[in-house]
Amino acid sequence: MTVTAAVVALALGAGAVVLGVLVFVVDSMARATFSLLGSFLSVAGIMLILDLPYLALVTALMMTMEMAVMAVFMIMFMMNPAGLMPMSMVHNKYGSAAAGFAVFAVLTTGIWLVDWPVAPSGARSDTTAQLGLALMGEYMLVMILVGVVLFTTILAGTILATGRGRYDRFGPDLGRRRPDDPVRGGLGR
Amino acid sequence: MSDVVLLQLLLTVAAALVGVGVYGALSQQSIVMVMMGIELIVNGVLVGAVSAWYFLTPEAPDPQILIVLALVVMAVEMVMGFAATLAIYRARKVDMVDSATDLKG
Repeated sequence: MTVTAAVVALALGAGAVVLGVLVFVVDSMARATFSLLGSFLSVAGIMLILDLPYLALVTALMMTMEMAVMAVFMIMFMMNPAGLMPMSMVHNKYGSAAAGFAVFAVLTTGIWLVDWPVAPSGARSDTTAQLGLALMGEYMLVMILVGVVLFTTILAGTILATGRGRYDRFGPDLGRRRPDDPVRGGLGR
Repeated sequence: MSDVVLLQLLLTVAAALVGVGVYGALSQQSIVMVMMGIELIVNGVLVGAVSAWYFLTPEAPDPQILIVLALVVMAVEMVMGFAATLAIYRARKVDMVDSATDLKG
């Protein structure tokens, strides 16, 4: 890897961390979402530099869409989406900061103590073909399971997200005395 | 800069992302912000896996499969997180983790 590429990769890494911190610092929820997007795009840039163009593209496209959806949800569910009225939305701030720092410290200690068996650098083979052949060959089971998991996620997500239908009129434990109907009417009501 | 140092620096970036994510997931009250913390943790996993693949086992596709799995985990986490947020909001008008303590031990 050239020195320039290494410096750019490290700069993108630093950018990813700074943007990640900003997610929990800025007041505006839109800014928080786009900070997270920036963090993901920086990581996609690192992937690009490290010879993984396909996965970098997948990450960038997927995260852009995901954060667009997330921005909508942030504005829907946050009390203070625009950050015009700064408020604290945290609990156990110092305990969480200590936990986060402890995780970082333990991982970093390990990273700098291990004697890494670095492979000799040379020309990398076509990584996209490498991944495709692995997924369609040796790791086919992974591919099949991922497909099933994603399909199950679609079903479960839809079922959880849609409003309850006419079969849930008496509540999840059927304990409601009067049925909760969206439209009034019917026998005896 | 040697490859070992570069690998260690990139892994440190990954560790920092995981650390920030842990802080976010533990400290935020809003369910959506908790999900952002979890996303940052997986983001750190991505950086770690990519760096490990590039510097340690560039000829083996296994870490690339791990990256694909991390991306799938992110997608599943987002979908189920949003769906659960919608479901609990519909049922009880709850949008904060402090109000959803049914499973608290």
